Amino acid sequence: MENLKRNIKGAYTVWYRDVVRFRRDRMRIVSSLVMPVVYLFLFGSGLAPAMAEMGGGHIDFKQYMFPGVLTMTVLFTSVFSAVSIVWDREFGFLKEVMVAPVSRVAIALGKAAGGSTVALFQGVIVLLLAPVLGISLTIAQLITLAGLMVLLALMMTSLGILLAVRQPSMEGFHMLMNFVLLPMFFLSGAFFPLRGVPIWMDLLSRVDPVTYGVDPLRQVALRGVVPVQFMDVIALRPLTVNVIMMAIFAVLFLVPAVWLFGRQD
Amino acid sequence: MTTRPVIEVENLMRKFGDLTAVDGVTFHVNPGEVFGFLGPNGAGKTTAIGMLCTLLRPTSGLALVNGFDIRTDQARVRQSIGLIFQDPSLDDKLSGRENLKFHAMLYDVPADVLVKRSEQLLDMVDLSERADEVAMHYSGGMKRRLEIVRGLLHRPSVLFLDEPTLGLDPQTRLHIWEYLLTLREREGVTMFMTTHYMEEAEHCDRIAIIDQGKIVGLGTPEALKGMVGGDVVTVRTDDNDRVAAMMQQSLGIETRIDPEGGLIIETSHGDQFIPEMMRVIGECDETVHVNSVHLRRPTLEDVFIKLTGRAIREQDFDKKDDMRKHVRLWRGR
Ligand SMILES: Nc1ncnc2c1ncn2[C@@H]1O[C@H](COP(=O)(O)OP(=O)(O)OP(=O)(O)O)[C@@H](O)[C@H]1O
Ligand SMILES: [Mg+2]
Repeated sequence: MENLKRNIKGAYTVWYRDVVRFRRDRMRIVSSLVMPVVYLFLFGSGLAPAMAEMGGGHIDFKQYMFPGVLTMTVLFTSVFSAVSIVWDREFGFLKEVMVAPVSRVAIALGKAAGGSTVALFQGVIVLLLAPVLGISLTIAQLITLAGLMVLLALMMTSLGILLAVRQPSMEGFHMLMNFVLLPMFFLSGAFFPLRGVPIWMDLLSRVDPVTYGVDPLRQVALRGVVPVQFMDVIALRPLTVNVIMMAIFAVLFLVPAVWLFGRQD
Repeated sequence: MTTRPVIEVENLMRKFGDLTAVDGVTFHVNPGEVFGFLGPNGAGKTTAIGMLCTLLRPTSGLALVNGFDIRTDQARVRQSIGLIFQDPSLDDKLSGRENLKFHAMLYDVPADVLVKRSEQLLDMVDLSERADEVAMHYSGGMKRRLEIVRGLLHRPSVLFLDEPTLGLDPQTRLHIWEYLLTLREREGVTMFMTTHYMEEAEHCDRIAIIDQGKIVGLGTPEALKGMVGGDVVTVRTDDNDRVAAMMQQSLGIETRIDPEGGLIIETSHGDQFIPEMMRVIGECDETVHVNSVHLRRPTLEDVFIKLTGRAIREQDFDKKDDMRKHVRLWRGR
């Protein structure tokens, strides 16, 4: 009992540190808004004519991209939060945490919660752009989006921890990022529809966990914004299937991440 | 009252692949003692501390810290120790007091105790005024002092210090030692430290000299120096080899080469030996010119050379220190 209390407090401490550091990092908060704006207005405006030609102009391409940008924000924030493990290792702070009388499971879970929280914050900041794009969201939509983002963030933070946990240096981690994260992002359908893509790409996108995050975010964010028949075209799966898949992936990443984190050298 | 040792180690060993970093060490540390591991680069000091602090798994052997087994009772070992790492381990983005607050949260120190105790400790190391600044802006010595305060915050009964003054300038090193000795007096905490600075090892109550993972000598600094014999005479001549041969033939005395150029002779009464030596040199060969003669008490360096046949090689450390300083600078961006 005493032990459980202590471990919960330990996990809370790790979570709290992530949040404090995020709050203090003005640059990160600002840049979390800048990147989506850049993507939406550069790519969105640039690609819009081409997409209109193909899709028949049912939708403003910036609106189509918005959930993708939301995903991008949550995705990269989550993984970057997990990177702080590698940072902390290089800067020595990780040892201070590892030698504390708190179980490593608690520390890893605190880390996952911290990364997810920060990613959610960032995602919510990006949601502020919705009105600018002519997307009006109801309270119910907002809550559903937040819930989906939490799940997506948890899944990606867990993956980030799994990638970071045995990684001695930043360089190695950057390699992994380029080889794992970018393809995952582009194959997810965040920026272009997955309908009618080649078979191999379709297969890859099915094993890409991010796919199951983009799809529901898009369905919820664009509900009521785009015509129903067009919604049928861009929606890939029922919401529940997406949620279940994300939950499965989250567990699949988190369990080995925690296990590896807890192993004594 | 029992005086059970605070640290008991038996045949502790750790391998990394084929390399045996710590090769079956056995020792104990008594309550209130300052116990030091003295040894060169790669001797296995950090690895030994890592095992005692539950960061590394031993390959074999037994160790108890405060009576808790480091393999089976890790949570209680961790609660009862404080650790100051060889390399910096503060969160640079947080202020001094915030670093302490996080430590207190991790160790479940109640908030009121935290405030009282951290102010008292910060005061002792003269850091109260600056404790609200971000740690990034601290000097190396200030970071060290903060780490010492942090290590003591939860009232551990043993404080582990891995090269606590590495990379600091001599004056700061001296100050850190003053703080440590004051803290020991007021807190009654046992200290286990590693160092490669000979002068620093002198502050320890007992020292284990460690080389290539093995303890090659253990005792008080005085006892260890007693192994060398009463005095050390260093003589510089223009033909050291010839003088070495003379000493051997005429007086039956072994000499050894001083790395800085010269001959070192260990003898029980240096003051009487020097005239004797001068006479022998004069009688054997008038052309050999003696440049200087120096008489001193033995140092731990002498002990190390005697035990291992090698010098501790300060130069290597200085290079490494430089590197560490660069790392610190870079980290201090
Ligand atoms: N994680 C590791 N993997 C492989 N080898 C290691 C590891 N840690 C230490 N070693 C090796 O074990 C030996 C002892 O290293 P250790 O760090 O304990 O020495 P040290 O006495 O602390 O030296 P220094 O004064 O440089 O800090 C070295 O040869 C080192 O290369
Ligand atoms: Mg070391």
